[in-house]
Amino acid sequence: MGTTDDGEGLVIAGEEIGSRLIMGTGGAPSMHVLREALTASGTALTTVAMRRVDASARGSVLDVLAECGIRVLPNTAGCFTAGEAVLTAKLAREALGTHWVKLEVIADERTLLPDPIELVEAAEQLVADGFAVLPYTSDDPVLARRLEQIGCAAVMPLGSPIGSGLGIRNPHNIELIVERAGVPVILDAGVGTASDAALAMELGCDAVLLATAVTRAQSPARMAAAMRHAVEAGRLARLAGRIPKRRYAQASSPFEGLATS
Amino acid sequence: MGSKSAGVRFDRAERAAERAADRHHLIRIMPAKGARMEIAIIGAGVVGLATAWRAAAGGAAVALVDPEPASGASAVAAGMLAPVGELAYGEEPLLRLGLASRERYGAFVAELEELTGLGTGYRTDGLLEVAFDADDLKYLDDLRRFQESLGIPVEALTGRECRRLEPMLAPGVRGGLLAPEDGSIDPRRLAPALLDACAKAGVRLVRRRCAEVLVERGAAAGVRLDDGSAVRADRVLLAAGPWSGDLAGLPPGTVPPVRPVKGQVIRLRTRTPFLGRTTRGLVRGSSVYLVPRADGEIVVGATQEELGFDTRVTAGGIWELLRDARELLPGVTELEFAEVSAGLRPGSPDNAPIMGPTALPGLFLGTGHFRNGILLAPVSADVLTAMLLDGPVPDVARPFTPDRFSPGGTQMEAQVRR
Repeated sequence: MGTTDDGEGLVIAGEEIGSRLIMGTGGAPSMHVLREALTASGTALTTVAMRRVDASARGSVLDVLAECGIRVLPNTAGCFTAGEAVLTAKLAREALGTHWVKLEVIADERTLLPDPIELVEAAEQLVADGFAVLPYTSDDPVLARRLEQIGCAAVMPLGSPIGSGLGIRNPHNIELIVERAGVPVILDAGVGTASDAALAMELGCDAVLLATAVTRAQSPARMAAAMRHAVEAGRLARLAGRIPKRRYAQASSPFEGLATS
Repeated sequence: MGSKSAGVRFDRAERAAERAADRHHLIRIMPAKGARMEIAIIGAGVVGLATAWRAAAGGAAVALVDPEPASGASAVAAGMLAPVGELAYGEEPLLRLGLASRERYGAFVAELEELTGLGTGYRTDGLLEVAFDADDLKYLDDLRRFQESLGIPVEALTGRECRRLEPMLAPGVRGGLLAPEDGSIDPRRLAPALLDACAKAGVRLVRRRCAEVLVERGAAAGVRLDDGSAVRADRVLLAAGPWSGDLAGLPPGTVPPVRPVKGQVIRLRTRTPFLGRTTRGLVRGSSVYLVPRADGEIVVGATQEELGFDTRVTAGGIWELLRDARELLPGVTELEFAEVSAGLRPGSPDNAPIMGPTALPGLFLGTGHFRNGILLAPVSADVLTAMLLDGPVPDVARPFTPDRFSPGGTQMEAQVRR
């Protein structure tokens, strides 16, 4: 038994991704801070809102990712209908030359919760069009299962609403999703601090996606490093197998045989 | 005007020292007639204009090159003078620079208005920042603690107190902060005044596009214009905002990446009193500000979009601004809609200005002022003038030299990382 992550690496749509921490870029105070944070996170895959960037502009977040050698995962943030999301995904494919997309169809501005019906509709269209679809979904195990059946490359249930930092509000649902999933489960949204990311991995998620917890932290690079360690720690704990919880104490050194020797 | 606070004492001392250094310096570099320093400045936004004026007043022969002076971000900007309100984590050196500039503004404007007889709409009636819901209030509390930890005087107000200051605020406003020494200026009046001051100081305005920087024997020697003619100079200051990185003739890597960050801004008009002072609101995590002018104009801004050199105004941009403005001040819907425009801020990798000499001898940069160009104009003019005329770099400007982006490392990064 090794003391490192000797499980399989993270594989999405047949491609290995070098880190189980996937980063988002929203909310970074500056490109400089973003670059430091991404470097500290060790991430190999990072999402960019395609409605918020121009792929041909110089000095943009896409340049930062290219210079850091980080793969871009375009997302459809800001879309409220399947139609908009599908169009945005196609424009991203054209602009960036990737058929991967993080599919986000938002139901409402206050909560930024996913619209499950539009999400399924958009996912069906994009899968049929040859995309590797990574859908941002609610933590509903039934919906996650349906998205997998449609042919999504991963499922990305939320821990709590985007940017809320409320952590994983329903760990039981995340466990249920993990138990039955045949594709990677990536906890997306709601992570507030390192323990949230560790918990996601302990629950059996394959990766964690987060942005605000790092980009809006007082010291983004430090929080990014914390998240990297947390994801690794949670993953190792999951692989190691935790002890069962007990009601009463159990001495770590056995008492048996002490009096009779 | 001027500061009563304890938090900015260091700026005063610094400023006195800089002035002494400048005086000493001007005497030293202008010894003989006919030996004037020749300076070409590319870009007549407020930074280029203010520096041209100061450098000419300091004895240099200045040519200011711009096909359309003050037509970029300077023409769109709202003109908030709010170093305290704009404070962000990790940007403390920028705060100090902003405070130093705010400190200079009173004297800068007084001199400008006296010289030109033109008004600038300069106000020092404070900035009120309010929180719309409980989450926004938490953010403001956090900001206040950060401001206080830096010794900045701010006043925490209840929602009721905010509404006593600004009765048009929505009843639901939870609380706020008053930065009593922040203020505003009208950039559309400031720029013409600076142009006039430049003319009076003998600046030669060249209304042509700069095609390339002339480089001779490994040093900047002037600029070539789009009609093929040349403006020769001992020193060249590149102050072309987001276009600063696109100039021909420069060795690669001379100019750190400066990117355009689009901002859409709405101008409303009122005939009855509506807003007493610059008011910024956090509305469900989204930020909006309203800057009132004495003539009834109210500037509402601003979006922040990374879309390259795109200056289209969009339905979504206007909607977001008005949505948040209406939440904050419901009566805003009754105002006349006068104008919507979009400008491009020059964004540097760390959001801070880039001021100082480059690896190419004779070429200086004065760009990357991002959201703070109007605020930073006076200090930038003083700093850049000192640099162009071989003066000592004032301490407050040291973290902002271009070399911070070179691989060797940087003073500012060290401070930021701490």
